[in-house]
Amino acid sequence: MVISLRGFMTQLLPLYPELMVITTGLAVLMLDFLVGRKYKALLGWFSLAGVAVSAVMTIKLMGITGSFFGGTFLLDPFAVYFKLAFYVVCGLGILVSIKYLDIEDIHRGEYYALMLFATSGMMLMASAGDLITLYLGLELMALSVYILAGFMRRDGRSNEAGIKYLLLGSFSSGIMLYGMSLLYGISGTTNLGGILAFLRGADLANPALFLAVVMLVVSFGFKVAAVPFHMWVPDVYEGAPTSVTAFMSAGPKVAGFAVLLRMFAITLGPLHQHTSVILAGIAVLTMAFGNIMAISQTNIKRMLAYSSIAHAGYALVGLAAGGADGAASVMLYVLIYSVMNMGAFGVVIMLRKSGVRGEDIADFAGLGKTNKTAALLMLIFLFSLTGIPPMAGFIGKFYIFKSAVQAGMVWLAIVGVLFSAISAYFYLRVIMLMYMYEPKEEFSLVQSPSLALALAISVTAVIVIGVYPSGVLDFARASLTGIL
Amino acid sequence: MLELIPNQLGYPLLSLLIFVPVIGGVLLLAVRDARAARWIALVFSLAELALTVPLLANFNGAVPHMQFGESMPWISAWNIHYKLGVDGISVLFVGLSALLTVISIMVSWTAVTDRVREFMIALLFLEAAMIGVFLALDLFLFYIFWEAMLIPMYLLIGVWGGPNRLYAAVKFFLYTLVGSVLMLVAILAVYFAAGGTFDVLTLMNFKFGHSFQMWAFAAFFAAFAVKVPMFPFHTWLPDAHVEAPTAGSIILAGILIKMGAYGFLRFSLPFFPDAAIAWTPAIMVLSVIAILYGAYMAFAQTDFKKLIAYSSVSHMGFVTLGIFALNSQGLEGGILQMINHGVSTGALFFGVGVIYERTHTRVIADYGGLASKVPVYATFFMIITLSSIGLPGTNGFIGEFAIILGAFQHKAVYAVIASLGIILGAGYMLWLYQRVIFGTVTNPHNEHLTDMNLREVVAALPLVVLVFAVGLYPNAAFQVMHASADNLIRHVHAKAQVLPAAIQAASTLTGH
Repeated sequence: MVISLRGFMTQLLPLYPELMVITTGLAVLMLDFLVGRKYKALLGWFSLAGVAVSAVMTIKLMGITGSFFGGTFLLDPFAVYFKLAFYVVCGLGILVSIKYLDIEDIHRGEYYALMLFATSGMMLMASAGDLITLYLGLELMALSVYILAGFMRRDGRSNEAGIKYLLLGSFSSGIMLYGMSLLYGISGTTNLGGILAFLRGADLANPALFLAVVMLVVSFGFKVAAVPFHMWVPDVYEGAPTSVTAFMSAGPKVAGFAVLLRMFAITLGPLHQHTSVILAGIAVLTMAFGNIMAISQTNIKRMLAYSSIAHAGYALVGLAAGGADGAASVMLYVLIYSVMNMGAFGVVIMLRKSGVRGEDIADFAGLGKTNKTAALLMLIFLFSLTGIPPMAGFIGKFYIFKSAVQAGMVWLAIVGVLFSAISAYFYLRVIMLMYMYEPKEEFSLVQSPSLALALAISVTAVIVIGVYPSGVLDFARASLTGIL
Repeated sequence: MLELIPNQLGYPLLSLLIFVPVIGGVLLLAVRDARAARWIALVFSLAELALTVPLLANFNGAVPHMQFGESMPWISAWNIHYKLGVDGISVLFVGLSALLTVISIMVSWTAVTDRVREFMIALLFLEAAMIGVFLALDLFLFYIFWEAMLIPMYLLIGVWGGPNRLYAAVKFFLYTLVGSVLMLVAILAVYFAAGGTFDVLTLMNFKFGHSFQMWAFAAFFAAFAVKVPMFPFHTWLPDAHVEAPTAGSIILAGILIKMGAYGFLRFSLPFFPDAAIAWTPAIMVLSVIAILYGAYMAFAQTDFKKLIAYSSVSHMGFVTLGIFALNSQGLEGGILQMINHGVSTGALFFGVGVIYERTHTRVIADYGGLASKVPVYATFFMIITLSSIGLPGTNGFIGEFAIILGAFQHKAVYAVIASLGIILGAGYMLWLYQRVIFGTVTNPHNEHLTDMNLREVVAALPLVVLVFAVGLYPNAAFQVMHASADNLIRHVHAKAQVLPAAIQAASTLTGH
């Protein structure tokens, strides 16, 4: 049988968005040789264009649903939702990077290529229909982000971040593989649909199955930075270039939750009663530890690192709640979280200038006087992270706790809202510094069109979703029809 | 059965009430000049006040229903509606909010010089959220406004407040937030228990189970008791009042702390009547403690604002006492006393602000003999003091009298103790007045005090007029609220009576 090129291309159709992102990454690597030192920003805009094209492709593919390539690759609304979220994260990540890389003097093409490869890995994770594809996507993402974390190779902290992330990440990947192999051993298939079909008729009291589930929880818990698998987070977030921190506080976490949902809410759905208890316990630990540790931080990146741990905790509440609403609440939450968190990091980047790291929380003193726009943006992002209406963060938390109450886990909702109230303390501290203290010295902020664009997008999203969430909310819920 | 009477005016009055200040605030974002900012804020707050004229003029006090109703789907996935309406319980608060915002802007005219534009934006956003709280007929919408209020108030205290403002601002924020989030969980529980609705009018007619009522009431209580504030949840109030700028104190005392009591009336009583009746003894005792404790603490204060803050704790004790007497005298007295307290305590803080702007001290001992220096001010302060004490002929008398009447019917002992609180109130207020206004000028700094200027007199005038208007013709206020208050009381007692029978029926069915 002769396979024409045309036929081959048609077969690849479901993979077009992924291919587009990877091709863009490869093109960036080659173009890097042609572009002079001063014009590296062009590569950023080029990458952005690539992401935009993939977004269009994903939207065009929205009508098509099914599993491809022998069941290893799924194209469903669920995957589409997450892919669109990844485009947002990647786009914002690129936008906040362009100027920052210049300041740090690490403006190289590989940076954008790695970001694109990481994004393609995430996309693969969201579309994975098979444990192998899932692992492949995860490693593609993780390896790219390890390098990005250590991208400031002359900086000790960045090196430490990269190596720490790599070592602990590899370890967690090992545990994941072990869990997956157990799952394969029990069910006889690596296909997610096959595992689900097997579990529906299987004896769920199998201790090996329990072990497999625990190992998956541990390894995915590592990826989303859940307590007690969070040890790497503060150091890596602090050491990595701030633009990478922004990207990895959102991207890998969202991807992690995509996989958690695919595994625990869908594939391991029959086990929900058992997994729910474990996830709820981890959620409580994560919210408690993240919020309490964040209080005592003096470095803004470390504070946001602990805050991102806490936010993983809220999302885990939705996962523990389960059901269609639980899953939808997690999907909505991670999207909102990404936007507001990257916005906050965008403002942190504004404070970076050569010579001064601009990472002390104290550096925010008097920002409300010296730069009103930056302070107002930070105010909005921080209140959103706290979960105060009318910001999007409130809508996200509301849906999470709503699904918890719906699932009868009122106690979990109470714990969640109380820790959410505690979190107000450390977010307010930054606001207090910005508005209620005098500026220490004259400082000029980093300003660039790309950064301004990123902040404008985030703040608009935070307010629009906060005031009129129906659009995103209905989309998230619709993305689960036929799946849950 | 409460109904929502659709708005007949031809223009969305209630939406305008919420969005006029918002538009003003957004417009101010584009203004750089402080003078322009003041004027724009004043114009928008006056426009808002003007909107309360058709509201009060077209309000029908004869029916208990929600009027000027607006409703449209907002977040249909969660069955949330943008639903507004106003009844006899809320309508007066809307008017009071609009009035006190105008006064707050006027009193800050020269007192606030730093970041004027931001100050005015915070005030206008705060006004929108406050009015939204009183108009919302969807629990979700209510909660949005309820929480959104925290942001501008936090900034008002924290940015423009006194020396210890940071502590006070954070304390205010965290106390109220913790209470509120517990209510949020209860709101969600209510939503699911009632089959998926946030609609206040539907929920009022829904019969919740007994144990559900008990803990849901407790969670709502956490939010409202902190806001009132009831003893022992009051400790944030003196700090917040002392540190807040004058405008912040006026709004805080005048409107914000009324919202807790409003919450009891609008949600706790009609949703959970059994729990309300079961909780009544405890709340009555806490109210009486608040009355006496607030008064006792007021005697010991050396700080002008702190004294008034503790007097607020005492006065709000009267309000909760009246509400939980669960009869129509007590309830109507409670509502009227909230309006009165808003007027008189708003005016007291206004008075403190006027003199503080000149002397920059709040220590009572730094004053004395002001009568000879600033006669207009002394007169104004006298009127307000008498209103706060509850002298017959002023507004304060009517409210307290009705509350004690109601409390007496409930249990005579509460009325007796509350009367003691009135005597104590007269004591600390008159003593304050004596120390500040009478005698000879002991502080040389006060020799050259200037009296109230035209702007201040104009701002104070509406409050003075209200003191006498309500005092001499309270029927105007009672007529507005009577139908709604009466309906609420009957609703609570009728709904509560259903339950024992229902339990009996259930237990016969199960054979216990």
